[in-house]
Amino acid sequence: MFKIVSAQFLAENIKKFEIEAPRIAKKRKAGQFIMLRIGTKGERIPLTIADSNPDKGTITIIAQGAGRTTHELNQKEAGDLIDDIVGPLGTPSHIENFGTAVSIGGGVGTAIAYPTAVALKEAGNHVITINGARSKDMVLLEDEMKSVSDEAYITTDDGSYGFHGFVTQKLQELIDSGKKIDYVLAIGPIPMMKAVADVTRPYGIKTVVSLNPIMVDGTGMCGGCRVTVGDEIKFACVDGPEFDAHLVDFTNLNDRNRIYGKEEAASDESFKHRCHLEGNH
Amino acid sequence: MHDDNHKETYTMDNKTITTKERLAIPRQEMPAQDPNERVRNFKEVNLGYTAELAQQEAMRCIQCKDPVCIKGCPVNIKIDEFIHLVAEGDFLGAARKIKEDNVLPAICGRVCPQEDQCEKECVLSKKHKPVAIGNLERFVADYERETGNVKVPTVKAATGKKVAVIGSGPAGLSCANDLAQMGHEVVVFEALHELGGVLMYGVPEFRLPKEIVQQEIDVLREMGVTFQTDVVVGRSVTIDELIEEDGFHAVFIGVGAGLPWFMGIPGENLVGVLSANEFLTRVNLMKAYDFPESDTPVFDCKGKNVAVFGGGNTAMDAVRTAKRLGAEHAYIVYRRSEAEMPARVEEIHHAKQEGIEFLLLQNPVEFQGDDRHWLTGVKCVKMELGEPDDSGRRRPVAIEGSEYILPIDMAVISIGNGSNPLIKQTTPDIEVSKRETIVVDVNTMATSKENVYAGGDIVTGGATVILAMGAGRTAAKAINEKLMGTAQSYNEW
Repeated sequence: MFKIVSAQFLAENIKKFEIEAPRIAKKRKAGQFIMLRIGTKGERIPLTIADSNPDKGTITIIAQGAGRTTHELNQKEAGDLIDDIVGPLGTPSHIENFGTAVSIGGGVGTAIAYPTAVALKEAGNHVITINGARSKDMVLLEDEMKSVSDEAYITTDDGSYGFHGFVTQKLQELIDSGKKIDYVLAIGPIPMMKAVADVTRPYGIKTVVSLNPIMVDGTGMCGGCRVTVGDEIKFACVDGPEFDAHLVDFTNLNDRNRIYGKEEAASDESFKHRCHLEGNH
Repeated sequence: MHDDNHKETYTMDNKTITTKERLAIPRQEMPAQDPNERVRNFKEVNLGYTAELAQQEAMRCIQCKDPVCIKGCPVNIKIDEFIHLVAEGDFLGAARKIKEDNVLPAICGRVCPQEDQCEKECVLSKKHKPVAIGNLERFVADYERETGNVKVPTVKAATGKKVAVIGSGPAGLSCANDLAQMGHEVVVFEALHELGGVLMYGVPEFRLPKEIVQQEIDVLREMGVTFQTDVVVGRSVTIDELIEEDGFHAVFIGVGAGLPWFMGIPGENLVGVLSANEFLTRVNLMKAYDFPESDTPVFDCKGKNVAVFGGGNTAMDAVRTAKRLGAEHAYIVYRRSEAEMPARVEEIHHAKQEGIEFLLLQNPVEFQGDDRHWLTGVKCVKMELGEPDDSGRRRPVAIEGSEYILPIDMAVISIGNGSNPLIKQTTPDIEVSKRETIVVDVNTMATSKENVYAGGDIVTGGATVILAMGAGRTAAKAINEKLMGTAQSYNEW
């Protein structure tokens, strides 16, 4: 059992949890994830570790309610218990002093981009962050991102805050301004990561994305998370989750993530219905 | 004792039965659920012998002076002695006799490939059917458990030595059992949230009820073994940390073969192509057959065509699971003939009874999909058997121009597993083979790293429960000798 120490919403439907997991807190490196299972009948879902505190023995995760398990998770409060958390899984981010590094987070992907931005800063990079959200009230970790950035930009789709437009437009603007960019990390929805890869490809800028395929165990056993990278089939859980954005077959990833679309929607509906009946929101 | 056991006559219930009469008793069939009924449920197929059936079957054993069946058993169970006890009606005595050599008889009685081991050697098999040793093993273990007579083994006085066992599958459980009995403190680390390894995530309920596995684990708990789930050794903690920081005196690695192989043919990443590990883990461990009561979904097989590629036990488990989930057609596609199939004969037999369609001597060459990239079919080529290959089995050769398309909605790849690279990556001083299996001294299961031992599929590659169990026990003995200072160098022998 893993105890939630604190829990608060960062934006609508996006909640931050600090959870006691001393072994993971001690080992965890930027880019790694956990598998989480809420209770006996729960599914196992991967969530990237946003932060950790080895002294306190806690890890931080940020979850957006998107399906049954994340909706259930987002109802949890401080003091509640999670049955299973295992990690840290995956290969840590490759960190070095690239020169100028741009860390792009789209939506809840910002939570995943943040720890790597921290590590890039610590390695001596000139860190530029582009933090994209639908609108002002959905902007995540603004202060945290600013604190590790030499240059911090916020973009909103509706223009309610920061740059009016997509993260890719801001990135293109930076490239066009003549800034020499050595490394780009992009984490967010699949279309966003694909769009970032398309922007940097013509310039040959090394670009890395963190993928979110379907996983069951998260340790290499099921192969559900296999992704096409260049000519190779890779397991995101052990070979990734970070891969060269210019080699990832995003279409294949998108297709494969839809295999349980019908079932997931039905499961989410039945969960919401049950919550409604129980008057538990 | 068994030297005196071979008798020309046998006394049962005051009747004297001659060897000839015993040989006339037909092999007692295992009662099973009706095939039409069982394809609609996940309950165990075999129902088990009654006491009468067990005694009848035990009477068939002619108690050879030289019981060659024992040589066929990887852990050398005293088969003749336990069967003699069954014939006499001493079922508890029989169970204890087996447990001198095999700590998991209820499991091995169900999953061992007896026809390639003990029963293959049985002298009766030359002229008659062999004694149903596996069925008898299962019967006595079930009898002991169901009558509440499972004794928690006596544990020796604490030695003050601490051993970490990595993995709670058959190798880890048997190693933990023996080490605990020897008085060592044993902590078992498991990566998943449930204990039992492949016995839980791989072998389906209809072949091995999970309750049996959990009861075996409960016995270990009562012996003082502690279990930590959700720990991935290599990630959550390394072997070096277990030794240097957590104070373990020895480590046993029994992590199994954990990385599913794919075939490397076009279209293998289409939606609807899964590994057997994923399909079975969803259904067995995550209970997806109970979706949406359980949160984990599985590919909706109802009315669909499902093909499983492979000929081993896992392939049989997967195809029979698909059938139970409502598949219209559930195919086994195997590139050799039935004679070369590595699956247990009983599983093949049960699969056929359940309406599984066997497409033998056929090999997939390409998966095909629709414009949404969902699987629609597989192009297969027909094969014929050529000269024997390295494995001694005749090599299948493609017949030119024989390609055809088999329409399918789901493909399950069940062609075996490689080694998970985690231990190797994080403990580079453990020597591994080219196939990435851990290299050990077979007498002790010692690895190249001091005080670290390994056994089971991580050493052999995909093999059997009983071999893993035997390896766990060999390692436990060697660890005990090393820790207690009684180890001898095998090189001096």
